Amino acid sequence: MTYDPEVKYQKSHEWARKDGTLFTVGISDYAQDSLGDVVFVELPVTGKVVKKGDAFGVVESVKAASDVYAPLSGTIVEVNSKLKDDPSLVNKEPFGAGWFVKIQASNPSEYEELLSATEYEAFVKGL
Amino acid sequence: MIPYIPHTDEDRRVMLSALGLERVEDLFQAIPEKHRKPVIDLPPPLSEAEVVRELKRIASRNTTAEETAFFLGAGAYRHFIPAALEAIVSRGEFLTSYTPYQPEASQGTLQAMFEYQSLLADLLGMDTVNASHYDGAAALAEGVLLAYRARGGERKTVVLSSALHPEYIETVKTYIEPFGLRIRGIEEGAWRPEELEGLVDETVCCVVVPFPTFTGTLLVYRSLCMATHEKGALFVVSVDPISLALFEPPGSFGADIVTGEGQCLGSHLSFGGPGLGIFATRGELLRKMPGRLAGVTCDRRDKNGFVLTLNTREQHIRREKATSNICSNQGHVALRAAVYLSLLGKTGLRKVAELTYRKACYAAERLGSLSGFRVTSPSPFFREFVLQCPISAEEVVRRLVEHRIVPGLPLSKYYPDRNQELLVCVTELNTREEIDRLAEALRGIQAKRENR
Amino acid sequence: MTTRKHRIRTVEPFIWELSAPGRVGASVPEPDVPEYPLPEEIPLRRDLPLPEVSELEVVRHFTRLSRLNYSIDTHMYPLGSCTMKYNPKVNDLAASLPGFSEAHPLLPEDLCQGSLELLYRLQTAIETLTGFHSVSLQPAAGAQGELTGVLMIRAFHQDRGDTKRTRILIPDSAHGTNPASVSMAGFTAEQIPSDKRGNVDLAVLRERCDDTVAGLMITNPNTLGLFEEHIEEVTSIVHRAGGLVYGDGANFNALLGYLKPADVGIDVMHFNLHKTFSTPHGGGGPGAGPVGAGALLAPYLPGPVVRRLEQRSQEQPNFREQVEKQKESLHRTGHSVDRTGLPEVYSEYFTLVYPEKSIGRVKAFYGNFGILVRAFTYILQMGGDGLRSVAEHAVLNANYLKHLIEKTYRIPYERPCMHEFVATGEVAPGIHTMDIAKRLLDYGFHPPTVYFPLIVKEALMIEPTETESRQTLEAFAEALLQIAQEAVTSPDLLHEAPHDTPVGRLDEVRAAREPILNRRQTEKL
Repeated sequence: MTYDPEVKYQKSHEWARKDGTLFTVGISDYAQDSLGDVVFVELPVTGKVVKKGDAFGVVESVKAASDVYAPLSGTIVEVNSKLKDDPSLVNKEPFGAGWFVKIQASNPSEYEELLSATEYEAFVKGL
Repeated sequence: MIPYIPHTDEDRRVMLSALGLERVEDLFQAIPEKHRKPVIDLPPPLSEAEVVRELKRIASRNTTAEETAFFLGAGAYRHFIPAALEAIVSRGEFLTSYTPYQPEASQGTLQAMFEYQSLLADLLGMDTVNASHYDGAAALAEGVLLAYRARGGERKTVVLSSALHPEYIETVKTYIEPFGLRIRGIEEGAWRPEELEGLVDETVCCVVVPFPTFTGTLLVYRSLCMATHEKGALFVVSVDPISLALFEPPGSFGADIVTGEGQCLGSHLSFGGPGLGIFATRGELLRKMPGRLAGVTCDRRDKNGFVLTLNTREQHIRREKATSNICSNQGHVALRAAVYLSLLGKTGLRKVAELTYRKACYAAERLGSLSGFRVTSPSPFFREFVLQCPISAEEVVRRLVEHRIVPGLPLSKYYPDRNQELLVCVTELNTREEIDRLAEALRGIQAKRENR
Repeated sequence: MTTRKHRIRTVEPFIWELSAPGRVGASVPEPDVPEYPLPEEIPLRRDLPLPEVSELEVVRHFTRLSRLNYSIDTHMYPLGSCTMKYNPKVNDLAASLPGFSEAHPLLPEDLCQGSLELLYRLQTAIETLTGFHSVSLQPAAGAQGELTGVLMIRAFHQDRGDTKRTRILIPDSAHGTNPASVSMAGFTAEQIPSDKRGNVDLAVLRERCDDTVAGLMITNPNTLGLFEEHIEEVTSIVHRAGGLVYGDGANFNALLGYLKPADVGIDVMHFNLHKTFSTPHGGGGPGAGPVGAGALLAPYLPGPVVRRLEQRSQEQPNFREQVEKQKESLHRTGHSVDRTGLPEVYSEYFTLVYPEKSIGRVKAFYGNFGILVRAFTYILQMGGDGLRSVAEHAVLNANYLKHLIEKTYRIPYERPCMHEFVATGEVAPGIHTMDIAKRLLDYGFHPPTVYFPLIVKEALMIEPTETESRQTLEAFAEALLQIAQEAVTSPDLLHEAPHDTPVGRLDEVRAAREPILNRRQTEKL
């Protein structure tokens, strides 16, 4: 199980990577492992405005379907269209090619409220 | 002794003693004592022979389509059912198996489902057909809910053609009530495509039309479908599958959701059930669609096989977020439809549809030319038409039943003000002789009136 | 049509692969009426891509397919909660009597008194067995019955202007249909945990019940196969908060003749005739999901339902007129009155009516009549005592089977079960329940329900039903015990199972990633 130290997490297992006020969002290695083989990812349309904690998409394996929640408020400016053809990217590279969306944050300070990799790892181990 | 419980006294003794119990009732201790083992006031058990005798007595109180000249349709249709179909579908391996949750033990059911999905998709011209829904009415109701969800749940008006089957309209009303959707079209009495088009605006999530209408009329929906799409709404068609052997299927002109009643594909009237809810969508609605789907995959040795797939849409995984609560569907009726379409095939189904069309035309011509009677259905029509009678249609039925003719459905059943209109249904099973006999009997009614 | 060229290789070819232009599988009569040209104004279809196969090839194709199935007629099928009991053949015979199979649903009532009598007597029989005030036979399946019941609860609260009740509570052991039905009825579903004995956690229930609770949905016996020990307390907590209690009748077969659900405070409940009353499952349906309701909710039942009009004495020669009068007064809600002639005088007359405040229809016509005939046939044959015996033997079989395997397969809740029980498949390291399930196929048994209920890890949910003999139960237990040994000695036998089925373990991930759902999509490959 990997916990990318470059990103921050929330307890519903999404991560966010900061690049100025633009944030790339995906699900954690722990999340993809619990789901099993991902077969489908439902993503929002670009331009959609989300609040922190809103469900913006769905990730599905053959046995489960989970909502994906926005770790920050803002506007969805890009979605990972590669997931449509190859949802297994979520399993293979959860912190890389398996990213879900990019959010232009309206309140970038929300990033500070997220968990660090060590905090998140401790949280997961307590589950 | 009950033939379905194999336990001997010895079995019971062995089993109870293994459990350390004396009486089987001891296993029911968790049930509150004051309510435990109440008196059940049902008649005593009967032997199989007695049961059959009693059921034959009850059944004999019905007048059946087989012993009369039968012209009643209105949503339940009598078409020929080949003997080979009965032989196939009564096999216990099909009839007494469960939902194919263990695919390795259910390849027969799964492949038959897949073939049903394929044959129907081809007949309807649609991308995806599910493994079945309850009946034409419930399928349509869930079709409307699908359209509502697909449009983000923000558009709260449904345009319904008033020419849909009245019981389907009632069913749609029941299903949409919790979502606060409004219906447009019924009060307005709108059913012509141009009338319906005038009702579509940006609040509408879908437009729902029948093909043919409840009273048999065939309509062209292509431009209504386009206009519906222009307003950002979905187009839903409730079809009669047999008519589609002749006419352009709704998939060809852009329908988004197609539902229908498939009883006419090889199932008996059976007093209105089980029917077969046909449910089809265009590609992109697939993941919001209710109901089971069989799909192709392969095993470890690369041998192809079938599984139930896209299960995350369904209640057992998605629970309160499922696309529907449906689980048991009409699997065995769908099997009947698959076998029916396989037996009839390309030429057979077309012949059935042609004969049905022709005979209805012949009947309309014969009956419409009778003094005092008039065919009021707009042409063209398929299988059914409305006959305006000189007296109440219920009275016509009552008199003709005495001649062993069931001439149709008095429309007053659903439309209280349409007292003298009779909905006459003709299929390939109605002979010319029967149609002529119906005409003679109707002539007799009018002759009696004129003699008075 | 496609030919055999494409890449999909199935055990049995597709029906369209057997097609050859010009073949027919059924004969259609020659026209005996003049030709009428097809209408010009309606676009005709250009192509009808259906197969062309001879009758024999169709028969062989589907017969071969049927032989790839497990079924009750061929195998023990202990699927928990699904009640795969024997389906008596006389049921099918009854449903195929022409008087029933050729009866049209819109016949004038005088001409279908047989169908109406049967529906009426089935309604009454279910009322008798359950203690409910009235029953509607309309819902087509258990899930539709659930939706119906929850819609009735909704209508009841709305009628009283009580619109703040938006929540429905559901124990965590419930079937997935419960929360799905709740959503379809416009409520929010809220989970209630189970306690250590597998009962509803009463403390949590009390805490969650307030004036925003519309009701509780409860399955009893629950999906652990356990009877809710505090059922009366559960229902009264909900009632005191002003909510209503929905009973999920999926497991009513365990209670036949032992408990009338209405007696313990259930307000509305559905029954799966295809489980409790032995009608065949047909590879996924049709079922039938009648709904029973106590006096409070009976007026809201979906319509129409059947009522009986009686001729009270021989001195009433004008029974026909009386029937008319009574029918007029019964048809209060605008359902048209049928006025066609009564062919002969009966001492009783059956008529269709809408309950006073009916939620309306949930489907066309009156329910899955063919299934209702089968269930009625079963009830007639069993009688009250026979049905009680069904519950007794179903419960005895489940407990005996549990006893035979419980030293090897852990049973998470230690108390007598009802008609089914839940065991766990953790018999050896690295072995999952699915491995055991698939290995059972090699022993000629259909696997139990797996991974359900969700609250038990690696669950195996086993329901033998009353129709299996002691010898069959012992053979099944023996297979389970042997598999547990294999799990230790040769785990790969389990991991790679099944070995003796027409196909091996199938790749569900691939099926879901690239859905191929019909013929046209096979051509994309």
